[in-house]
Amino acid sequence: MPIDLYRIDDRLIHGQVIVGWGQPMNLGFIVLVDDEVAGSEWERELYRMGVPPEMGLFFASVDEAVARLDEWRADPRHGMLLTGDVGTMRRLTERAPAIRDVNVGGIHHRPGRTERLRYVFLSPDEEQALKAMEARGVTITVRDVPSARALRLGELVGAARTA
Amino acid sequence: MSDTATPATPPGAGPKAIVLAHGTVAEALVAAVDLITGRGDRFSPLSNQDLGAAEIDALLRERVDALGARVIFTDLPAGSCNFAACRLLKDRPGLIVVTGVNLPALLQFATRDTASDADAVAAAVERGGSALRVLTGRPSAH
Repeated sequence: MPIDLYRIDDRLIHGQVIVGWGQPMNLGFIVLVDDEVAGSEWERELYRMGVPPEMGLFFASVDEAVARLDEWRADPRHGMLLTGDVGTMRRLTERAPAIRDVNVGGIHHRPGRTERLRYVFLSPDEEQALKAMEARGVTITVRDVPSARALRLGELVGAARTA
Repeated sequence: MSDTATPATPPGAGPKAIVLAHGTVAEALVAAVDLITGRGDRFSPLSNQDLGAAEIDALLRERVDALGARVIFTDLPAGSCNFAACRLLKDRPGLIVVTGVNLPALLQFATRDTASDADAVAAAVERGGSALRVLTGRPSAH
């Protein structure tokens, strides 16, 4: 069973991931790809403490994720790979061509970003990075929870409004 | 119990704890505590609505410091609210985080004015946990 969902979400592990997606997916494990979290014992313990004990949880830098992706894709359980920002997912997809679909699940307000949806704000650099991924053949969809309609990147960028 | 048996709210007691939860849950829980006991002012409600992890962290840190709060209630163990609260444990010795909050727990906490934080939290956890139960009706004879 390959990893079912590759998701960009600046909250990383949270309610939408564990419950909103996790329950319908019968999620068995999460791969959290974040250089900062991977390098912090405190942050790793924090997330371990909150995740249901039966759920597998792996932490990786981008380099480690590239090296171990095939191993996780061979895991018989349903899996989700998370990054907290567009740049990390872009670096990962550039080095791991097996990733063909990316879900934008939540990128919240920050100075320099423009609101595209209630839960998606993008800076010009982030928008370009997503377009670059799509230009390399990665399908980008935008959806916070499974019950929502999946939007394509083009619809999102076309829906720009003032934050 | 008559109204006169209810302990009076100490004047100017102010919030003792922060409730941080998804959507409007915290605000609604605190409003319900106030409706039932008149002690909603024991809590300061916060929402993670439309905020990223860093913004939730900053909002909570600011509120904890402003109030000098020593207890934080959150709703989901694996939720962004709880991770933000637990992150504060790193540099705030004595802070207590309780997750899985419900109305019975907050009611218990709100009415334990004279207890220490740890004792009030222990009583709240006991009451909140035991309040979750299954009730079934007797099968009809017809």
